[in-house]
Amino acid sequence: MSTTTHSGGRPPAEPAEQPRRDLAQLGLAAVTAVVGAYTMYDASTLQVGFADPVGPRLFPYVIGAGLLVTSALLALAALRGDVPEAEGGEDVDLDVRADWATVGKLVAIIGITIVTVGLLGWAISGAILFTGSTWALGSRTLVRDVIVGCVLSVGSWYAFYVGLGIPLSAGILDGIL
Amino acid sequence: MGNLDLLLGGLQSAATPENLLYAAIGVLLGTFVGVLPGIGPAMAVALLLPVTYSLEPTSAFIMFAGIYYGGMYGGSTTSILLNTPGESASVMTALEGNKMAKAGRAAQALATAAIGSFIAGTIGTLLVALFAPALAEVAVTIGSPSYFAILLFALVMTTTLLGSSKVRGFLSLFLGLTIGLVGLDLNTGQARLDLGVTQLRDPLEIVAVAVGIFALGEAFWVAAHLRRKPLQVIPVGRPWMGRADWGRSWKPWLRGTAFGFPFGAIPAGGAEIPTFLSYITERRLSRHQDEFGKGAIEGVAGPEAANNASAAGMFVPLLAMGIPVTATASVMLAALTSYGIQPGPQLMTEQSDLVWTLLASLLIGNTLLLVLNLPLAPLWAKLLRIPRPQLYAGILFFACLGAFAANQDAFDVFLLLAFGLLGLAMRRFGLPVLPLILGVILGPIMELKLREALTISDGDLSGLWSEPLAVVVYVLTALIVVVPIVVKRVRPDLDSPAAEVAHARAEQDEERIER
Repeated sequence: MSTTTHSGGRPPAEPAEQPRRDLAQLGLAAVTAVVGAYTMYDASTLQVGFADPVGPRLFPYVIGAGLLVTSALLALAALRGDVPEAEGGEDVDLDVRADWATVGKLVAIIGITIVTVGLLGWAISGAILFTGSTWALGSRTLVRDVIVGCVLSVGSWYAFYVGLGIPLSAGILDGIL
Repeated sequence: MGNLDLLLGGLQSAATPENLLYAAIGVLLGTFVGVLPGIGPAMAVALLLPVTYSLEPTSAFIMFAGIYYGGMYGGSTTSILLNTPGESASVMTALEGNKMAKAGRAAQALATAAIGSFIAGTIGTLLVALFAPALAEVAVTIGSPSYFAILLFALVMTTTLLGSSKVRGFLSLFLGLTIGLVGLDLNTGQARLDLGVTQLRDPLEIVAVAVGIFALGEAFWVAAHLRRKPLQVIPVGRPWMGRADWGRSWKPWLRGTAFGFPFGAIPAGGAEIPTFLSYITERRLSRHQDEFGKGAIEGVAGPEAANNASAAGMFVPLLAMGIPVTATASVMLAALTSYGIQPGPQLMTEQSDLVWTLLASLLIGNTLLLVLNLPLAPLWAKLLRIPRPQLYAGILFFACLGAFAANQDAFDVFLLLAFGLLGLAMRRFGLPVLPLILGVILGPIMELKLREALTISDGDLSGLWSEPLAVVVYVLTALIVVVPIVVKRVRPDLDSPAAEVAHARAEQDEERIER
């Protein structure tokens, strides 16, 4: 594969904006390159079986190499001033600055769910998840959100138990639900 | 036995009261989830996967068919009543549809979209019943080398045709293939990329991957860029059309179907290209050219039919060869696999009951959609006013529920979070989602075929092009990569469809800013 075949380096579509570089892409390229290198290393530790002319290595080698090459091409494109076209959507306003604090809060709330769901059970963890997320996203109707969260989580617990026959973990509410 | 008999047999088994109920629930759930802003058909199907855990395959797929068509219909409602299309396939619908709605013709726009979808979906499903068995008969005879070539073709085609940046497309594809590697090697039983974690010795829970990338990734991305000013929703009554509207709609419906079906059946990124082609065709042929850009009904009827016909066309490669060509199809394929059903050319013969019942229920679902949703449209429109914090909190809630319910293992929720963050990064860095998800699903099948082909040739790489069909497919693949580059060199001013779509969207954005 040669570097002349890729279509990077085109100027961005918006003429109004100042030409700028998005060097955060170098970080992405670095991460994907590491993933590619690790994939190749991991493949090299595998044993080739009998009567298996290809073995489990070839495919990961090709994929890992592909990741390394595309990561390098992306890094090159980023340095040449190629900026990514961020995705739009119904509720997405790309003109405002990205609000990473909200995303951080949401990730933390899901983290809490992961840690507590085994102990507290889905009915409680799910309610915390919903209420916490609405709060992180800027809702200030706490009482309503708590009620909706509890209805959703207890409701889904019963829907899975009665409707689908799957008992979700009840946690400390075992015997009550 | 003729295909028609088989389809009638399918209709009989689909038309039991129980199955009809599943179809109706599917249609309503699908529309409900599809209308919600920020949720497209692929995300709707992924989010609703857990609902089918305890159902038997036939009922589950009847419900899926309903969810799928319902999700598509819901998406078009959103793009007509809000001026911001959720996915690339509804850009063209939104272009004229939203103008119509603003001019007080929302009811007609919704009606032509709904009836057009019904007609395109019905014709499309009948065409699937016609083509898929024939293709499957050919496909059974295809050897591993050719099968591998076709899979490669599908991946290269989706990756190069979509989006503006090929580097990002291929990066996304390779990431997907890497994710597909995780788990035990098929032949030797050795764990690959397990990072020393026991849960990673099994293939990744596909619900966690799909829901993480589609639902969580989208919710995070929206959270980072949440519109602070609420969008204007245009109120609507019951959809209806006058005589003149029927007269102006029926030809675009049929032409849109003709554009949509073939594009749905080949790996060309689903509905983006056919909806665009349909739109420019209608603009050229219309006797009301002055209305285009101000709300011409042809501009809604054509693209909506194209959109749904391509949604039906997608079932041809999915059922006949086990090859998904859109994100939704890959989620459905994952669902099939989770029932222990082996996708591929033998599906048509080994699971013929399931296949024909599925096709029949697509027809039923389509009809139910029209019957239920025309009167319900004003109700659906109210959903668009749902407060955003609660909406996205709800998406997070159901995403975690789905991931957790599969194995009741908190580790799956952790995986979900990891893939959600990957989905967020992809949206931030403009990496397309489709190549990744196809890589995850098709990677393992590709490796299987590669190793089969090379075992036959005893490790000699020439075994890959030992069949004439394989050679033809490789040449086609090479042409798809090379031709656009040459064309760009020779005529640099020629825009690709993808670029034109982006252009149309940019124009729309400008107008919005002016207001």
